[in-house]
Amino acid sequence: MTSSATHPNHDDSIQPINDIEASRLRADFPILERTINGSALIYLDSGATSQKPTCVYEAEQQYYETFNAAVHRGAHSLSVEATDIFEQARSTVARFIGAKDNELVWTSNATEALNLITYSFANASAGLGGEAARQFALGPGDEIVVTELEHHANLIPWQELAFRTGATLKYIPVDEHGVLRMELAGEIITERTRILAFTHVSNVLGTITEVPKLVALAATVGALTVLDGCQSVPHLPVDVKALGIDFMAFSGHKMLGPTGIGGLYGRAELLDAMPPFLTGGSMITSVTMEKAEYLPSPMRFEAGTQRIAQAHGLATAVGYLDEVGMNRIEAWEEHLGQRMISGLQSIDGVTLLGPGTGVTRIGTAPFAVQGVHPHDVGQFLDARGIAVRVGHHCAQPLHRALGVNSSTRASTYLYNTTSDIDALLNAVADVRGYFGVSS
Amino acid sequence: MSELDQLYQQIILDHAKARKGDGLLEGAPGTQTGESMQHNPVCGDQIRLRVHMEGSIIKDVSWEGDGCSISMASASVLTELASGHEREEFLNVLGEFRELMRSRGTMAGDEEILEDAAAFAGVSKFPARVKCAMLAWVAAEAALLAANS
Repeated sequence: MTSSATHPNHDDSIQPINDIEASRLRADFPILERTINGSALIYLDSGATSQKPTCVYEAEQQYYETFNAAVHRGAHSLSVEATDIFEQARSTVARFIGAKDNELVWTSNATEALNLITYSFANASAGLGGEAARQFALGPGDEIVVTELEHHANLIPWQELAFRTGATLKYIPVDEHGVLRMELAGEIITERTRILAFTHVSNVLGTITEVPKLVALAATVGALTVLDGCQSVPHLPVDVKALGIDFMAFSGHKMLGPTGIGGLYGRAELLDAMPPFLTGGSMITSVTMEKAEYLPSPMRFEAGTQRIAQAHGLATAVGYLDEVGMNRIEAWEEHLGQRMISGLQSIDGVTLLGPGTGVTRIGTAPFAVQGVHPHDVGQFLDARGIAVRVGHHCAQPLHRALGVNSSTRASTYLYNTTSDIDALLNAVADVRGYFGVSS
Repeated sequence: MSELDQLYQQIILDHAKARKGDGLLEGAPGTQTGESMQHNPVCGDQIRLRVHMEGSIIKDVSWEGDGCSISMASASVLTELASGHEREEFLNVLGEFRELMRSRGTMAGDEEILEDAAAFAGVSKFPARVKCAMLAWVAAEAALLAANS
């Protein structure tokens, strides 16, 4: 598949995805034909990482077979072609999230993107980056606000930044259902708040954060907003300009792309004013033995030889998603998610974590089976070929707030069918019987 | 028997439900106490295990923890195997159990030595679960060291 010139998903008249189409899409993902422990694989762990269509790894292979060369250096033809592919990939992915080309920095994943921001701000706090970077400098009295929903990747970098600068880290708590207590946000976000970092979609609950409300609160106090788009960019149409956020991190491997590639969106005027994080070759204009001058974004943040094949692979993945249509993927996963949620809720001894039906969420459902530990639930499901995630899903504080140490999480993507969901529900219904837990 | 049934032997499921040693004990006067807290960050399993020693004799083992059936059953089985035994004798059992866990399904487990712990042989076929089974044993090893120092 190739990338279309326009978003096909902007056409409301198109047909929704159904089981027939989802089954057809599956043919593009050979791994889904695998047998696991004697059963057909039912992959419900796309929240951790998605599977990849053949076109993605064929694109990587094609790059190595035909175009491999160092980019942004050397005058030979191969290098020029490789540079074109690399920058075309940036353009494709930037357009996919509504950004300008120079507003997308390649990183290895969302974790690195978030660390890029925090290390850059720490550098600014240490006085690097001159006058332009002073807007990012933090110190005692300044506040960073996150939420209790966060994945560790959007929590620990901010903890570290607070430790390094003397700033204070605060958070918007969740209630016992894992719903953000938005009524408290107005008190927690104050004139001292410099950064508001929050997830777009909870990686555990699949619930969607009220971005406009938080962006408006940040705007009233002049705080920068940082969005964790790991679970939204793969599953929903996301437009960074429409959302009005300053930064967004996302990972390629969760959206049909290869591992080792992700992105940081930042408003151009902010990225160009930020001190670099990683330094070295390819990110400079002039270097003496004493000091260096840096290129503007995005190259200022892309030191060293880049992930060229991976960027090309991710652009190919984005083309695939565009061709299916993000609005259609969103609707399909909402359908699968609600079927999963209502199905789990109707099984004796199974508790759905998070809010119940009627709340918009992606196809993600965390649950507890009374009397059976999540690790055992996952093992039982695996014996039937069903792959789910167990544990704390890199969100220990959220689990603590929900009153559990860990959970079992099933998460969908465009290639899942209703029969996948039904197989999950049938298997979950058998768990307590197997482990001899009376109902 | 399916691999799943080999993993979840009835003995293991029974120990996971009726757990020996669950609930920390206070030591009698004259005993040395050793304690260790162990985590499995992958799945969030955790255990705090305590031993009371009278000379080289393990007077009692007690613990509190939260985890999967394999980790909890393993702590229960360990409690039976260690309580009232010579330290060195138990460390031999521990060595045997560790070897079984590392066997990737190639060992049967000597019931003479391991008693109920031999039922964990099936766990060794599931590399992701070996840590669960070993959690209490690692804690016991560290607690014995702590009591000795």
